[in-house]
Amino acid sequence: MLRTLAISALAAAAVAGVAFAASEAEHPEDHPFSFESPVGSYDMAAVQRGFLVYKQVCSSCHAMSHLAYRHLGEPGGPFALYMVLNHETGEEEPHFGPPHHGGRYVDVTENPYVRSIASDYQINDIDPSTGQPIERPGRVSDRFRSPFPNEAAARASNGGAYPPDLSVINFARHGGADYIRSLLIGYSGEQDGVLYINRYFPGGKIAMAPPLVEGAVPYEDGSPTTVDQYATDVATFLQWASDPHMEERKRLGLIVLAFLFALAGLLYLAYKQVWRGESH
Amino acid sequence: MSGPSTYEPKSGLTRWLDKRLPIIRLAHDSFVAYPTPRNLNYWWTFGAMLSLCLVVQIVSGIVLAMHYIPHVDHAFASVQRIDRDVPYGWLIQNIHSVGASMFFLAVYIHMFRGLYYGSYKAPREVLWILGCIIYALMVVTGFLGYTLPWGQMSFWGATVITNILGAVPFIGESIQVWIRGGGSIDQPTLNRFFSLHYLLPFVIAGVVALHVWALHESGQNNPTGVEVKSKADTVAFTPYATAKDLFATTLFLILFATFVFYMPNALGHADNYIPANPLQTPPEIVPEWYLLPFYAVLRAIDFNIGPIDSKLGGVIAMFASIGVLFVLPWLDTSKVRSMRYRPIARQFFLIFVVVCLALGWCGGQNPGKILLPATFSATLNWVEGGQVATQAIEAPGESQFDETAAATRASLTQGGAAMVMIQRLNATDASVTSVSGGAAQSRTVTAATQDELEAEIQHLKDEVGARTPFFSVARNIPFTFTVTTFSQILTLYYFLFFLVILPILGLRETPGRVPDTIAKPVTA
Repeated sequence: MLRTLAISALAAAAVAGVAFAASEAEHPEDHPFSFESPVGSYDMAAVQRGFLVYKQVCSSCHAMSHLAYRHLGEPGGPFALYMVLNHETGEEEPHFGPPHHGGRYVDVTENPYVRSIASDYQINDIDPSTGQPIERPGRVSDRFRSPFPNEAAARASNGGAYPPDLSVINFARHGGADYIRSLLIGYSGEQDGVLYINRYFPGGKIAMAPPLVEGAVPYEDGSPTTVDQYATDVATFLQWASDPHMEERKRLGLIVLAFLFALAGLLYLAYKQVWRGESH
Repeated sequence: MSGPSTYEPKSGLTRWLDKRLPIIRLAHDSFVAYPTPRNLNYWWTFGAMLSLCLVVQIVSGIVLAMHYIPHVDHAFASVQRIDRDVPYGWLIQNIHSVGASMFFLAVYIHMFRGLYYGSYKAPREVLWILGCIIYALMVVTGFLGYTLPWGQMSFWGATVITNILGAVPFIGESIQVWIRGGGSIDQPTLNRFFSLHYLLPFVIAGVVALHVWALHESGQNNPTGVEVKSKADTVAFTPYATAKDLFATTLFLILFATFVFYMPNALGHADNYIPANPLQTPPEIVPEWYLLPFYAVLRAIDFNIGPIDSKLGGVIAMFASIGVLFVLPWLDTSKVRSMRYRPIARQFFLIFVVVCLALGWCGGQNPGKILLPATFSATLNWVEGGQVATQAIEAPGESQFDETAAATRASLTQGGAAMVMIQRLNATDASVTSVSGGAAQSRTVTAATQDELEAEIQHLKDEVGARTPFFSVARNIPFTFTVTTFSQILTLYYFLFFLVILPILGLRETPGRVPDTIAKPVTA
């Protein structure tokens, strides 16, 4: 009797929980990102394009202070460079990401792509000979340049709203990449005072103006330059930024789990062997 | 229990050492020859997992401490640096944070095991109490550790928990300031939390040693709850228990690794990836999953009990919910240890497990959330058209105000006013507005929550507001079954189980037939 009571109480609680799970913002649209499955990896072309969109659009307001330019070219990064021997021409050709076999990793300090990205930025520094503040071209060891010197300056330039740092933004928001992508495409085009209507933002109104405009960022690889594509690419780039070791983590996980399953199997046999003469 | 030592040193070196420091003898007697009941099931393998968890947390924690910076401006960034730049830092950090959850998962199963099989009963009271101390230390250590990444949940969790200590009468505020190292959570708090988070695991290790010592003195309980009576009841710890523990622990590691490599953030909260901001309270403040049941108990007490206000009541209930475990050996009156032979107690135990899980669920919900559908309604009356008149009234004294107001209302109603509104301005003065003539209107609005109801009322007022001077609103607020109500029922059962059910049931229940020896049902 008691058991029946307990089970029915549980069932009632479960039903009530489902019936009233209402939320104020619309649930993010589910996008089939390549990194979602347990063995899924990043679409590095999308990460590269997403970085381009970040560089040309997002970075005018949003810092990514935990990232350095070198991260882009380290193993697992979107611009990690490998030299692969072409057997027909006998020459080494550059290749982003680890090739299927062979290939020599180019240290990030020697990586021309990352060096060029870094040197596009002017970084505040101190002149070692005069001690005066100067600006110099970025180096691969520099952190991503922040658009504002401090939070007050960021707020002053953005009508009082503070554009959050994007380094771990996909982890810092419920819904992760799906949420970021949905938010970027979720504008209705209407405005309420200084706020913009966005159905995915908690409360429905966001201070950020619609950042993405069709065709604003040219792509070299022929991908469509639509708002939808930009949003997907940025969300992918930010996922990589939040979780740069994901591919290594999943790879290592597979080995560790395979080992543990094998070990468990052997230990089970050992256990059976040890106990075979003993009743228990 | 352990009997005389059976260790015989075989080489010259071990004979030499045995005369000077019989440490190999101790290890042999404790972990090789130590007799364990032959009928132990898999619920008895969690002790081994817990030892492993402690070692994993200490080792990974020491490495993390080499890279972590306990400073309000650098703590968050230093964790990011560990995740991004320290070789395999992401792995060590995942192991440490997932490890905390695994530690608690294992300890809860270990505790429920002890509860079910009566492992707290004589002669194992001290063993049980030492376990409770370990658990309490784990709770504190886990809480301190959660503060260190200095995310939003770290900061606000620490604020909430140190705030509740302020509820203690007389000394609460002093304790609060003393623990925080100032008026609010700040740099001194982070420094001391880091220091204590590093210290407490070693205290835990010390109490674990006592726990194991006490275990080896009284011997293990077993699923029948019958004491070991002869050699036939036991097998040697090694290889029998060792082999089983190794196998079970490997299964546990598979679960552990699945979280570390594939769901490292599943047990955490997204808000802790936002750096701590003392000026911005997150929309919801929740502790880690393993503390949610106690959080629900804390929040269940939302009423005052005599001189005890709800805040202090919640704190008392929360501490009592852990404290009651310490006296459990003297609350359970049953002569039979194992609930295997206590059919009624077993049912109550199963409900207790469900109650604990449900409390955990409640702890993660908004306490005001309504669980069972309820209809909030309000009836608005107003008059459309008619003559509006305003007058001032003054009562002769504060105590006569109500009388004067009622008299005014009565005379105006008699004079043909359809509605009267009296707005009190101060102790004796009021402004009276009345409407005579016009068409009386009435409408009722309904909603599922109080907030929605207020919105409906406002909506209706806006709709007809331009044509009418005022409304009378009669709200009908039903009793609502909220998360708090549910938590109160669950909390009540939690305490009833320990304080009423176990003491009374032990005296009145007719237990099933308990076997004479461990070996008998096993070998039969």
